Amino acid sequence: MEHKTLAKLITQIENNPEVAPQILQQFPEHQSKVIGFTGSPGVGKSSLIDRVIRYIRTRDLSVAVVAIDPSSPFTRGAFLGDRIRMREHFVDDNVFIRSMASRGALGGLCDAIFDVVKLLEVSGFDYVLVETVGIGQSEIEISHLVDVTVLVLSPGFGDEVQMLKAGVMEIADLYVVNKSDLPESDTVYSQLLAFLALAGKSEQQLCKASTHANNGVREVVEKIERLWESFYADGTIERRRKRRTRYHAEHIVRKIVEQAMNTVQENATNPYEFVKLALSRLCENHLRGGQGGGI
Amino acid sequence: MRIFRILIAKPGLDGHDRGAKVVAHALRDAGFEVIYTGLRQTPEQIVRTAVQEDVDLIGLSILSGAHLQLSKKVIELLKKEGIEDVPVFVGGIIPQDDVPQLLQVGVKKVFGPGTPLSEIVQEVKSILQEGVTKTGGA
Repeated sequence: MEHKTLAKLITQIENNPEVAPQILQQFPEHQSKVIGFTGSPGVGKSSLIDRVIRYIRTRDLSVAVVAIDPSSPFTRGAFLGDRIRMREHFVDDNVFIRSMASRGALGGLCDAIFDVVKLLEVSGFDYVLVETVGIGQSEIEISHLVDVTVLVLSPGFGDEVQMLKAGVMEIADLYVVNKSDLPESDTVYSQLLAFLALAGKSEQQLCKASTHANNGVREVVEKIERLWESFYADGTIERRRKRRTRYHAEHIVRKIVEQAMNTVQENATNPYEFVKLALSRLCENHLRGGQGGGI
Repeated sequence: MRIFRILIAKPGLDGHDRGAKVVAHALRDAGFEVIYTGLRQTPEQIVRTAVQEDVDLIGLSILSGAHLQLSKKVIELLKKEGIEDVPVFVGGIIPQDDVPQLLQVGVKKVFGPGTPLSEIVQEVKSILQEGVTKTGGA
């Protein structure tokens, strides 16, 4: 698909999610390798993605990137600055980069992301890379969207106690210690090694990279690929994709419920009455054939 | 719901992007989604970014003195990509005498040094509004 057409379709889905089903059904099914990159602000997610694109392109495969940055909860404005790191790929016809604002969604993603990833898949890209908003400890939604989740860490992350905490440390398939040119990175690396043994994960799920010194990126990509292949072979990808469908559906239902709640007048005196009114409004809408959709 | 997307880009070789960042920040605070490309972009990189990001407006920040050549090239490439309907504004060190020429090659608006941010935001809003009226909101 031409980049211009693709870009316009993404805008349509982003602004008006109801159109997503009609748009998506025009294209034949195609499955890309969907890889998520998450981690705290400033650990080097965008720079690592830049190098990953470079490596994937040496093998003449096509790549789409969706990079999400936060929207202001006050003005709804956003400063989208991830693609700055990927500038060498701007004029490559086989690389498509799109910046998206979170538009109020929590969890490091944006509401339209499920449909946008689907659109990029059916557009025929070999790889779809998703970069989350810079996250904290509990944003695990990315793992509901992608085939393989990469958690990017950097020196200064904290000690091994941080690694024992639940949440984002649990969801990664691959842990990358970025900025490995910095002296403290070895400490983080060996702590992670100990953590992986404790968590019952494999050493194959850890690597270090330096986007600055351009080290280790090949290993990152090769490990991602090996993980993807083994997940594909043992049915993990299929299971994860079913889960993704369910989460996407949950998103849509939540939006529909929210819309129904917005139509309830605020004169409901208690929450139970509010629920009753909202549900009856929801049933009315549903009977009238308002399916909602997208989102 | 539609939120307008604006590309702020720095074509050419000058290495000062404080102005571009200040404008990008002001537009963010005015409720726009601002995509910032960073320093030293070629017109090709800027226009390809505009295509992929499907932006509603492009702002070029130029301090190098090459504003005529760079703006002209960007506008030519927009035509080549079939997105010449995306308006372009230019900010930076632009001699007053060059403004008519910039407008003539298709630049929508020129902001010189010292332009209050409120004026830039206001102008941006009216350029976008004009576009909405022309295309019937599409």
